Parts: sequence; structure tokens; C-alpha cells
Amino acid sequence: MLTCFIATKGGATLDQFLQQIVNGVSLGSIYALVALGYTMVYGIIKLINFAHGDVYMVGAYVGFAVTTYLGLGFIPALIISMVTCAVLGMSIEKIAYKPLRNSTRIAVLITAIGVSLLLEYTMMYFVGPEVRSYPKLLSPKVFKFGNIIINMQQIYIVLTTIVLMIILQYVVNKTKVGKAMRAVSADKDAAQLMGIKVDNTISFTFAIGSALAGAGGVLVGIYYNSIDPLMGMMPGLKAFVAAVFGGIGSIPGAMIGGLSIGMLETLVSGYGNSMYRDAAVFAFLILILILKPSGLLGKNTKEKV
Amino acid sequence: MSLLTVEKLTKSFGGLTAVSNANMHIEKGELIGLIGPNGAGKTTFFNLLTGVYAPTSGSIKLDVNGEKKEISGLKPYHVTKIGLARTFQNIRLFKDLTVLDNIRIAMHQNVDYKLPSALFRSNKYYEEEERLKKEAEELLDIFKLTHKKHEIAKNLPYGEQRHLEIVRAMATKPVLLLLDEPAAGMNPNETVQLTETIAKIRDEFDLTILLIEHDMSLVMKICERIYVLDYGTMIASGKPEEIKNNKRVIEAYLGEDV
Amino acid sequence: MKVLNKRNILTLIIIVAIYALVQVLITTKVISSFYEITIATICINIILAVSLNLVTGFTGQFSLGHAGFMSIGAYAGALVNMSMKSTTGFLIGIILGAIVAAIVGIIIGIPTLRLKGDYLAIATLGMAEIIRVVFLNMEITNGAAGLNGIPRFTNWLWLYVFTVLTLILISNFVKSSQGRACISIREDEIAAESMGINTTRYKVMAFALGAFFAGIAGALYSSYFYFINPTMFGFQKSIDILVIVVFGGLGSMTGSVIAAVLLAVITTLLQSLSSLRMIIYALLLIVIMLFRPQGLLGTKEITDMFKFGKKYERVE
Repeated sequence: MLTCFIATKGGATLDQFLQQIVNGVSLGSIYALVALGYTMVYGIIKLINFAHGDVYMVGAYVGFAVTTYLGLGFIPALIISMVTCAVLGMSIEKIAYKPLRNSTRIAVLITAIGVSLLLEYTMMYFVGPEVRSYPKLLSPKVFKFGNIIINMQQIYIVLTTIVLMIILQYVVNKTKVGKAMRAVSADKDAAQLMGIKVDNTISFTFAIGSALAGAGGVLVGIYYNSIDPLMGMMPGLKAFVAAVFGGIGSIPGAMIGGLSIGMLETLVSGYGNSMYRDAAVFAFLILILILKPSGLLGKNTKEKV
Repeated sequence: MSLLTVEKLTKSFGGLTAVSNANMHIEKGELIGLIGPNGAGKTTFFNLLTGVYAPTSGSIKLDVNGEKKEISGLKPYHVTKIGLARTFQNIRLFKDLTVLDNIRIAMHQNVDYKLPSALFRSNKYYEEEERLKKEAEELLDIFKLTHKKHEIAKNLPYGEQRHLEIVRAMATKPVLLLLDEPAAGMNPNETVQLTETIAKIRDEFDLTILLIEHDMSLVMKICERIYVLDYGTMIASGKPEEIKNNKRVIEAYLGEDV
Repeated sequence: MKVLNKRNILTLIIIVAIYALVQVLITTKVISSFYEITIATICINIILAVSLNLVTGFTGQFSLGHAGFMSIGAYAGALVNMSMKSTTGFLIGIILGAIVAAIVGIIIGIPTLRLKGDYLAIATLGMAEIIRVVFLNMEITNGAAGLNGIPRFTNWLWLYVFTVLTLILISNFVKSSQGRACISIREDEIAAESMGINTTRYKVMAFALGAFFAGIAGALYSSYFYFINPTMFGFQKSIDILVIVVFGGLGSMTGSVIAAVLLAVITTLLQSLSSLRMIIYALLLIVIMLFRPQGLLGTKEITDMFKFGKKYERVE
């Protein structure tokens, strides 16, 4: 696909292309962080958590508040935002989703939409609907490699994402609670019979997923410099697309999916028409769903007759 | 001339061969049993016949009015249209719908009015709906379910749900009826009743029946011929007495119980 | 003509009486023009909700892209009506909008309806977004600015005619063999297919019919509110329609009607609380799902409650 982009734009230079890749990786890292929350929650309770994009929005606002009013730096802001979002995610699960664990999927999905609207409009009620500009937390220094420009924000975004992914991999694969998470997503009832505390595990999954979304919110704030209460909707959906592309329930899948979607978006904006950016992502989604519904790394499941 | 001819039917899932080179011939009007230990591939065999799975290789031919039709690889609804109907091992009724609706849905392929008639309620719509209702009630009479036609399917007792599934399959007007463990979960009394009914519908409706069954006594009692499947392979076929005394069958299957 | 039976004639009389009553109330200004907007919203939402209910409630195919079909009807209707400023133009616009929406429904439905559950929901959402972006970039639809000055022909008469028509046709459909085929897909797709039902065909049929009526709603909408742009038909609009359907009960047409009325009334009442309105709406949604996840009526119809005595005489 990449070669096809180059081929159609004969005049484009390699530098321009590499620049798009750099931008795509930065944006894709943020999608990957948000996609992880979707994929983990879907993996464990089969819910498209529509409120997840709004947790990311809250994360961005928390980061904004602690840096603007308390004058904190990037790292403390990131941590505070992640913790706040983790608590928020757990509360949402406890209050809104847990009572519906045995209801139909559609009822839970509508609830998720309700939670999403609640977060958006409660935020709007308190901070107003206007777009705010994020404080400059990082030095405006840029690095030049030939004609390719990499700025400080991009480096921070990619580094933060890599560090968080490594921590996540460690938690999921090496710790007891990670093992419990994998067990519950494989078979909730069997896990319960084996003495795993399913409720706590689900809570923990929401906490981790939401913390990652919170980090994504702060990163997107410093990257685009602007935040607003409805900022979570579209990136939320795209992060879900990323999760589906990678194979829902698969953590490495979400990372690859996030990077791919980020890349696709910057390439379409860079070489095509940025107005079609969102349409391209959704067209891509539909193609994947039709050609390989289980995604890149997902498992194939078929109903037994 | 056989009604159903299965030749060298094979189905593999990845590395696992669930059914391998299976052959089967069923004459019109026969009542055939298919037995085999757990995991032998009986239900997979059924799913191949009914189009739920597409076979890896082999052929399945059904004789429809003297014309042999290849049905392997067709979609389930297409197979049903040609004349093969089934029940399921784990009951799959439309459980939130009424008994009558369960039957009327199965009669859908024989309904003779189109979408505009349905939307604008032409005379044809009323006539056909009347006919459907009448025919559905006649079918329900077989198992004395007519008085329960307005009940929700899931509220019926277990045995009646199994009966309803058979009636529903018959409502598609099949030439060959496949029953997947019709007596599963029934007590001996209910099983006896069911045995009688199966024999009865075969005679009254001029049907050919293939049934999978775990309950050996039922199979031995009513089936004229029996096929035995083990590890995906047909290891024997013949009359009940022959099967009873077949060494390989005893080893593979009866050996467990004897 | 068997359609002229006692029950149908009685229904017809009630339908005409309701029309006359509201018309009198409007003419005598008992219903002010402010509440007329509420009535228009109710009618359009009923059409949208009932048509989505056919897809999601009756056929069990979870769609999050109904606003996309509505927008096709809205644009097609507006464009025809703007070049043909007459009632004939208005009606041609509605029919054309509905047909185009249905055709798009078929084109979208064939590849996507093989997906199930959440995946289908997200694919339909994506489709609706693509439709929106296409309108955003087309010249004839005037891009993001949208269409302005659409002549208003939508009035109480046409709103009522199309709402009643939608209700009758969809109700007829779900009580027909084709409708039962759709319902069987919702109940158990594998069993339905084994009973000889071409599930793809009936899913696409339900989807196309749903799109057809959503197209009608869109055309009525654009002609009532003079002005449309792509933002009006985003994800949020699809959600609004779905909320009505779920609130009323998936698989209950009367439920959709009642929910459309109730939600419109609630929205009108909350108008004065502008900034709190959406918060209350969101809370309401969560509370309803927590305490009544099956919606107001579940899969029942309000008319079922008047039929106890005659239960066993019914033809359907």
C-alpha cells in the first residue's frame, strides 16, 4: 500500500514521505494507547466501551489543569492524569456496567453511549465548550535529519508510548493480575471456578485501559496544542478501528493497529485530501471487517452447531 | 436407486480430519441410524449434509424426482429447499416465538406471495396466511401440540420442545429428515413414545429418515440399517443384528459399555 | 377485497379522527407554532425509529448508521424540491430520496450484513461516516455549508400521512411471511438458515426497507427545517434514533412510537435548561438501561394488551 502511495505521487520526494511516516508514527502512538483500552475491555467483557474516548478527553483536561494551575511538568502531569483516569474508569465500570453484566449487549452498549454523553456534557458544563490551548510543556527544540524534521513533542510521544507498552507487556505477561486478566478474557466462568476474582480483574482491566487513555490525552494535548470537551469522539472511534484492525482482544494487535491507522491518516492527508481522512479510516475498517474480521492478530471463532 | 448418495466425503479443520472418506447410501423410505462414540464426527457429518460446513472433498447427491442433485457446498437454506431438513442436538427453536410461528417460519419457502403483497395485504396474502395456519395446525396434530399453538416455545416442557423441532423440520416438506439425537435428555418413557412417533411419521408422510442417536436401544429397535462412525471413518454398516455382532463396532463403541 | 375487514376499517376511522383532531387544534391555535415543531420532530422520529426497529429490533441486525440513510433522503429530497418548487416536486423528492436510500442500503448491506453484532454496528457506523464525508465534499450538496432555502412543503398533513403509511407498511411486513423470516434471523440465525430461509436476502431486505423509510424521514426533515448540512447527520443522530428504539423496546413498534413522543416531550421541556439538557438526557439513558434494559415494552405491542379476550381468534 505504501508503494502505491508513492507511485501515484510521482513528484513526491522520499524526504516528504519519510516526514509523513514520522508524523504518522507520532499520531499512531496516541491511537495505539487509546486502542489498548478498547481491546482489553472488549477482550474481557465484550463491550465496545464508547466512553473510552471520553476518558481520554478527561485525561487531556486533567493534564491541562495540573500544568496550567499548579505549574507541574510533563512527567507529573502524565502520572496524575493516568491515576485520575484509572479511578474514573473503575468507577464507570462499577456504577454503569457492572449491574448490567447479565443484560443484553445492546443494553450495555447504550449505557456506554450514555456514559460517553455524560462525560462530554458534564465537562462542557464546567469548562465551557470552547477550545483551549495546551501550555507549552516541552522545549520547542526541533531536530533535523536532512530535510526531515522531528520535534520534541514527537520524541516524547514515541518514548512515552514505548515505555508504557513495555510496562503493560510486563504486567500482562509476568504478574499474577495479568495472568488473571488473560484467564478471565479466555473464559470468565472457568476463571471464576479456578478462584480468580473476576470482578476485581475486570476493575483492574478498566483501570489500566483508562490510565493508558489518560496518557494518550496528555500526549495529544501537547501534540496538537488544543483540547475541547468533544475531542474524544472521533479519535475514540478511530482507536476502536485500530483495535479491530489489529485483532480485538490482542494487545500487540492494538499497537500495530494504532500505528497503522495513524500512518494511514497522515498519508491520506499528506498525499490526498485531508477532508477524506476520516472516510479513509472507515473505508479501511470496512475492508478489514469483510476480508479478515478477526483482524491481523485476532483469533478466529466460529459458532458451534 | 438411492435417495441419498454420499461418496468419499471428507472434512478437515486445519490438521484435524473430522470426517474422512465416508460413504453412505440411503434408499427411499428407509429409516437409518448413524451411531458412533463421542467425538466420532457424527454431528460434523450432519453439518456437511445440511450445508453448515462445506466439505473438503467428496460428493453428496440427493435424488429429487428422479434427478440427482449435488448438494455438497450449497448453503443450508438451499439444501433445505432441495429437500433435506434437520433438527439440532442442542435444541435450536425460535424460543421466544410462539409454537405456531416456529412452524410458519419453516413453511416460508412454500409461501406463494411476494413482498408487495405482504406490504399492501393483497387477497393472496390473506389466502396464503389462512392456508399456512391450517397446514401448521395439521402438522402440530401429529404430536398433539395444536392446543399449544399460542404458547411461547421456551415455555414448553423439554420433551415437547424436541417434538416441536421435529414438526418444524417437517414443515419444510423434506424428502429426507435428519434427526440429531432426538431422544437426548429424555426419560425412557418419553423415548418409547418418541420411537413410536418417528416410525409413524415415516409411514404417514412417506419420509426417509436418518437419525444420529446415542441411545442404542432406540436405534436397534427402529432402524432398518445402521452406519457406524469412528474417528471420522465409517467402520461398519448393516442391519442391527449385524452391527451388534460386528467386532470392530464392539471394539470401538460397544466395548465401552460391555 | 379481504383487506376491508372490520378491524382494518375501525383502524382507518381512528387514523382519520386523530388527523382531524390535531388539524383542528392547529387551526384554532391551541397548538402553537412552537409545539408544531415538536409535532414535526415526533413524526420524523417515529418514522426513523420504526424503520430502525425493523433492522435492529425485528431482524436483530445492530445498525449504528441510520442517520446516513436519513441524510441521503434529506439531500435528494431537498435538491429535487429546490429545482421543482411545488408539491409535486416535494413528493417526487421524497420518493426519490427513499429509493436512493434503499439502493444505497442494498449496496452497503450486501457486504456488511455478513458481519455480526458489534462488528456490524461499527461497520454501519463507518458507512454512515463515509456518506457524511461524501456529502461534505460534493459540490452539488454545497459541502460543509450545506443547503439553504429549501422550500417548506412538509406540514401536518404530509407528516401524518407518511408516519401512518410507515407504521402500516412496516407493521404489515413484520406480520407477513417475509417479516417472520426476518424475525427468525434475530432469534437464531443458524436455525433460520436450516429452515430454508436465505438469511442474507432477508437481512438485506430489512436493511433496504429500513433505509427506504429513513430516506422518507430525511426528505420530510429537510423540507420542514429549510436547511441541512452534513453535521446534522453524524454519529450523534444515529445514536439518537437508536436510543428511541431501545428505550421503547427492541422489536416493539408501538414502543418506538411511545418513546419517540416521550423523548420529544422531555427534550422540549428541557429546552430551558439548555446547558444541563444533555447531562440530564445522558443520565436518563443510563438510568433507563440500569432499571429497564429491555425498554418500555420489550418485544410486546401496546395493542396486545387489548386482545386478551380474543387471543385465540386472531388470524395473525
